Amino acid sequence: MLDLSAKSPENAAEMSEYNFAYLDEQTKRMIRRAILKGLAIPGYQVPFASREMPMPYGWGTGGVQVSAATLTPEDTLKVIDQGADDTTNAVSIRKFFEKTAGVATTEETSDASLIQTRHRIPETELSEDQILVYQVPIPEPLRFLEPSEVETRKMHSLEEYGLMHVKLYEDIAKHGAIATAYAYPVKVEGRYVMDPSPIPKFDNPKMEMAAIQLFGAGREQRIYALPPYTKVVSLDFDDYPFEASKADHACDMCGAEESYLDEVIMDDAGNRMFVCSDTDYCAGRRAAGHVGAQAVADREIGQ
Amino acid sequence: MTPLLKVQNVSKYYGSRIGCAGVGFDLYPREVLGIVGESGSGKSTLLNCLAGHLEPDGGEVLFHTRTGDMKDTVTMSEPERRMLGRTDWAFVHQHARDGLRMNVSAGGNVGERLMAVGARHYGDIRDAAVDWLGRVEIDETRVDDRPGQFSGGMQQRLQIARNLATGPRLVFMDEPTGGLDVSVQARLLDLLRGLVRQMGLSAIIVTHDLAVVRLLADRLMVMKDGHVVETGLTDQVLDDPQHAYTQLLVSSVLQV
Amino acid sequence: MIKIEDLSKTFTLHNQAGVVIPVMKDAELQVVRGECVGLIGASGAGKSTLMRMVYGNYLAGSGRIYVDGLDVVQAEPREILALRRETLGYVSQFLRVVPRVATLDVVAEPLLVLGIELEEARETARGLLTRLRIPERLWALSPTSFSGGEQQRVNIARGFAHDYPALLLDEPTASLDAANRDTVLCLIEEAKARGAAIIGIFHDEAARNRVCDRQVDVSVFTPRAA
Repeated sequence: MLDLSAKSPENAAEMSEYNFAYLDEQTKRMIRRAILKGLAIPGYQVPFASREMPMPYGWGTGGVQVSAATLTPEDTLKVIDQGADDTTNAVSIRKFFEKTAGVATTEETSDASLIQTRHRIPETELSEDQILVYQVPIPEPLRFLEPSEVETRKMHSLEEYGLMHVKLYEDIAKHGAIATAYAYPVKVEGRYVMDPSPIPKFDNPKMEMAAIQLFGAGREQRIYALPPYTKVVSLDFDDYPFEASKADHACDMCGAEESYLDEVIMDDAGNRMFVCSDTDYCAGRRAAGHVGAQAVADREIGQ
Repeated sequence: MTPLLKVQNVSKYYGSRIGCAGVGFDLYPREVLGIVGESGSGKSTLLNCLAGHLEPDGGEVLFHTRTGDMKDTVTMSEPERRMLGRTDWAFVHQHARDGLRMNVSAGGNVGERLMAVGARHYGDIRDAAVDWLGRVEIDETRVDDRPGQFSGGMQQRLQIARNLATGPRLVFMDEPTGGLDVSVQARLLDLLRGLVRQMGLSAIIVTHDLAVVRLLADRLMVMKDGHVVETGLTDQVLDDPQHAYTQLLVSSVLQV
Repeated sequence: MIKIEDLSKTFTLHNQAGVVIPVMKDAELQVVRGECVGLIGASGAGKSTLMRMVYGNYLAGSGRIYVDGLDVVQAEPREILALRRETLGYVSQFLRVVPRVATLDVVAEPLLVLGIELEEARETARGLLTRLRIPERLWALSPTSFSGGEQQRVNIARGFAHDYPALLLDEPTASLDAANRDTVLCLIEEAKARGAAIIGIFHDEAARNRVCDRQVDVSVFTPRAA
């Protein structure tokens, strides 16, 4: 999967302005070493020397660096932000790699060999020949409870994870249920507690998947990874078990009942609709003839 | 009877300056040992060496573990030592803020040690937290309040509850009543005495307050310039001090 | 029960030019079960000092003090603590308690440290406080606010809560009215009857004559000035 050779010769001419995928080869090697180490120790945060990228922190610099080190000229890239291919962040990163790597891009999940994502896992099941790269703002799940990085690293190395449950305890004490809906902490292979990046907890069960998952945090200079079929368990209490919740609704566009939904406010009167956050999934279903409540209503108005 | 803690020749130097030197004693189950001395006498250094917060430059700190053998806590692995810190040992800091998580509720503070040793049932953890708040005289309606909303005395009591929730066998206390109003001190002392008796705890209390050790400690160790100058039964050392420094210390206490 | 041999004691005042004050030399004393020995001698002769050494409160210079077979002079602190818990009671002239603790619990505490159930210990305490005429309305209060006589009676109640096989009584009847004095002497007689060995200091001669089987003048143990 990882092509350790330099850029392929046929692209040399057109890529005269940039090295393949923007980063220089030494940097990519350094990042690949971090990725391999991450894969060897699932859930462990590997430090790496994050580079300045031509975009601000918070715009996915970690994910971009991991993608750059992973991409080969033969790859087909898909970039999503909150499930959508057409948002600013997704579009700019896709264009960035079109320009610097010249790779093919797609919006179709099943066509992509490498998918960079922010805040979602695609609804379509991923396969063994795919890689999912997450953009991570804060890789340390213990951060908000224990501000000292020295101490949190020690807690990871000694498997002292009582504090993680303190956070969940606080949730229940305050809200009557575990209110953490995003970045819900998981335990990987019974060893490391890991922040899955701010994906909705609805996506947590999907992390036990066939594809390779790589996580990059640019500002925090950390990479971590999950090899295919890694065991990923969401933390919970015996009497407050984990639930992968979503809005209790079907998609108003495609009628899907099992996909994660965005709530969209339609007007000042407070009308709203629910749509799949995964735009490709929704479009695919509609193309296949599925219709949701809103689409039915539109059709009736049109008549 | 086997001592719970056997301290032999513990020394700690800060460069050429002596933190503490050649300290040794045995602490038996249910015993409360007071360590007194003025600021800079080495009593806090010693306490931190004993509790595993500082690595002594020499000596042994043997602890009688639950499995029955005497283990040197200085040379044991860090995970082992930290495990002791969560289970058999407790440490009560002078400033409750150092021993509490200020951004976590009272219940979460008490529950942390339980969760750290594997408690995974919210209802049980909460019941235990409420029970402990009751034992340290904090109303259970405060269980979801953060420590910042508590008075100094309440914070100190919460810190004690948090420390004792896993049923430790040895409690280290660093000036537990320091900085509290006299009336609050009395309440805390009474509480500590009761808990020590009910739970069969052993304790090592560092303080410069002779009245505190008289009420809490069975035995007393007097330190000066990093050395132990006198040891004995608390009331004997205070009422019939032998060493010049102890005599000075005792005679310097203001009478009310 | 109590046996003192060759006991000597000096005080060294390091902070007052290192003055050495010999206070006792070659003291001998023996008290058997059921016996009460009164210590007499002028003020400053060493009555309280001797008693405090038996209790381990003062460190003996040399010699031996056996209480129920344990040599207090050589014993480890924890051995002395165990002796004080189980065997050797001491009623001093001063009440020393944690502020805020209720009188009832102050009296019950010696029983609690022996592992006796709270309610049973309190029941014993109630009985003693009643006998010593401490009004029930005061039981829930801390004795720190009581009058001198009341504090003295609380102290006595505490000292008699557990049936110690050996007792040290330092002026137990001082500052008591006739009725309470009689109660305290009755308590002493009852303790003797159950076999307690007692050393007492009584300034009140009538009291001394009533309960003491023998009297020992401690001034014979006072070292002669060299």
